[in-house]
Amino acid sequence: MDFLNALVALSNFVIIPAIAYGSQLALGALGVTLIYGILRFSNFAHGDTMAFGAMIGVLVTWFLQSMGVSFGPLPTALLALPFAILGTMALVLITDRVVYRFYREQKAKPVILVIVSMGVMFIMNGLVRFIIGPNDQKFADGERFIISVREFKALTGLKEGLAIKTTQGITVVVAIIAVALLFWFLNRTRTGKSMRAYSDNEDLALLSGINPERVVMYTWLIVAALATTAGVLYGLDKSFKPFVYFQLLLPIFASAIVGGLGSPLGAIAGGFVIAFSEVTITYAWKKVLKYMLPESLEPSSLVQLLSTDYKFAVSFVILIVVLLFKPTGLFKGKSV
Amino acid sequence: MIWGILASLAVPILGVFAAGSVGFVTAIVEVALAWTYWHGARTKNEALTNFALFGIVAVLILATGFSQSWNVAVLILNMGLISAIMALGVNLQWGFAGLFNVGVMGFVALGGLAVVLTSAAPVEGAWSAGGWRIVIALLAGAGTIVATVMVRQRMAAGRARNIATIAILVVGFFLYRGIFDPGVAAVEAINPALQGNLGGLNLPVLLAWPMGGLLAAGVAWLIGKTALGLRSDYLAIATLGIAEIIIAVMKNEDWLARGVKNVVGLDRPVPYEIDLQNSSTFINRAEGLGMDVATASSLFVKLNYSILFAVVLAIIFVMAQLALKSPWGRMMRAIRDNEVAAEAMGKDVTNRHLQIFVIGSAVCGIAGAMMTTLDGQLTPGTYNPLRYTFLIWVMVIVGGSGNNLGAVLGGFLIWFLWVQVEPMGLWLMEVITSGMAEDSGLKKHLIDSAAHMRLLTMGVILLLVLRFSPRGLIPEK
Repeated sequence: MDFLNALVALSNFVIIPAIAYGSQLALGALGVTLIYGILRFSNFAHGDTMAFGAMIGVLVTWFLQSMGVSFGPLPTALLALPFAILGTMALVLITDRVVYRFYREQKAKPVILVIVSMGVMFIMNGLVRFIIGPNDQKFADGERFIISVREFKALTGLKEGLAIKTTQGITVVVAIIAVALLFWFLNRTRTGKSMRAYSDNEDLALLSGINPERVVMYTWLIVAALATTAGVLYGLDKSFKPFVYFQLLLPIFASAIVGGLGSPLGAIAGGFVIAFSEVTITYAWKKVLKYMLPESLEPSSLVQLLSTDYKFAVSFVILIVVLLFKPTGLFKGKSV
Repeated sequence: MIWGILASLAVPILGVFAAGSVGFVTAIVEVALAWTYWHGARTKNEALTNFALFGIVAVLILATGFSQSWNVAVLILNMGLISAIMALGVNLQWGFAGLFNVGVMGFVALGGLAVVLTSAAPVEGAWSAGGWRIVIALLAGAGTIVATVMVRQRMAAGRARNIATIAILVVGFFLYRGIFDPGVAAVEAINPALQGNLGGLNLPVLLAWPMGGLLAAGVAWLIGKTALGLRSDYLAIATLGIAEIIIAVMKNEDWLARGVKNVVGLDRPVPYEIDLQNSSTFINRAEGLGMDVATASSLFVKLNYSILFAVVLAIIFVMAQLALKSPWGRMMRAIRDNEVAAEAMGKDVTNRHLQIFVIGSAVCGIAGAMMTTLDGQLTPGTYNPLRYTFLIWVMVIVGGSGNNLGAVLGGFLIWFLWVQVEPMGLWLMEVITSGMAEDSGLKKHLIDSAAHMRLLTMGVILLLVLRFSPRGLIPEK
């Protein structure tokens, strides 16, 4: 029985990756949930909005790198992030003006807007592939590890090593800052309050003189910022590949729905629920159990409940279970 | 009106491009057809507009034959027929009943799986090595789920029930893995370079098409039982997830159909080119027509497929039309338009939804089986939701949801564009970049990226139709 080593192994392979992944999912799910709360439809183009934002991030990073600009030990992509956010903001505002506004004025049914967002998804997907191509792109630079396995072992003298990648650390820090800013905005500013009012009761909000177009515009701006941040962080942590962002749509929606569509707090909780379940269920527990169990009980197999290829299945099963038992999600969401 | 003008402008341009040398004739025919459409639309003559629309698609495909090659044209026709069937399946669910199924890809893939399971030769020794073990394991897994559901239904809510549920699930899972894993290992150990799977039943491949429908229907029933109570948005996400899971299973369960190692050389319902090329009667006939034997044989094979597919499409189309016009179809549309009112009239909404979800998915499964037969191989790695789910949706919306004829038209038209936008994009890029320097990096990038124009185009078409002709080219009556 070796509790400390087990804990380190668990942190290294489960807790830290899940926290980083959960933060990325939470940022993505916040965007989905805000659109659902204010504009009242499920935005299928969200994954591709993230891809677009990340793509601008990659391009600006490359440009900065070629100019010799660097951010010291931190990845240059962080410097590129504001530009990427501005670019994505422009894109979503144009999309809203050209595409979505028409249906808003028509008071189209939500499901029509979902189909419209499918069209936007095609266009954004095509745009990203057109500009940067469908292949993997690397753009992370700077220091690779905050603490590497070797340093950790030397520091503590434990048998198991613990590595924290810089990108994981940055992901968590940036996510915390983004969420804090978002909640400050929603709860403290006038525009934020009017957004919440509009989301809670559209008619009452209109009656008290809230300008709906302004609310919608701010929503898109925030969503663009969140989606780009999530996209750049995910790209830094894993790598940038347009199709992967499209596939992220499923866990992101699962997070938003599990948390309760329309509830920002729920989106964050949902993101971590999905991330932790995915990682724990697809992790081979042999290493941790080896330390926890007496030698006679040591497992011979990998003790992996599901192979990693089935991680979609995990988010999906959680989604179904939550919906069956709590149809509006963990934090009371809304339904249109 | 706007749509009519757009169409009459766009179609001749398409025609000129698709035809090249015979472009002039094509353009004139297309203009005439576009005018017919416009005229029909103005005088509200439905037969005329439909004739014109299908005529436009037919001329586009013919023009491809004249200008590019007949092989390409017949290939477009064949995939168009399959796409039309898929679009009919989605139209049943969305157009008739308003069910938002974005898991089409999963059912198409299941149809493909059925081809392997039905028509492939059984792998020698696989069943005795571990096949039965796998079946028993799957039964044990199913039994666990049934037991869990029973416990939850029969026992009173409370801590005892929760403990029982968890106990059954945990014990069942380890039991399942305990039986399953050795069986899989044994099956996958058999000649892994070429086989390593259970193989199929060695039945005629045409039988695989209805089997594909049945397999898709069975899975759809299971899904429908759990997910159909959900609201439309949730159902969309749920079906999206199920499709991904089906593909994940097909990619990773090598014992089933070799996973990403693919199954190649599937049986065909039509003769092989090589046999035709060696048959003296065929050679004589080809020479009689003044055709090269190799081209003639490949065309002959493709046309055989076209006939088979057309027969299937005709059967499904007639059945869908009959269903639409029957009291059952009217009830479906009533449920779609107002669920609460239909329920108040005593209609069983949940069961009707389940019914049409299963039927529509079965149609997609049949189309998937046909496609795998046409390809002659099952490659789970190539299934992509943009191509197999969302493109089908574009077909339905553009063609006209709720109208079977519209779905068929959308299937042909969108498939034609999906194939031809790539060369068109390349041509466009070459025109745009013609003024640039030969070694310009931008020029190279633009020409290399032309292949991605098709996604962009599909999005633009979908948005344009939704905006200016939201009921599609052939609207519901």
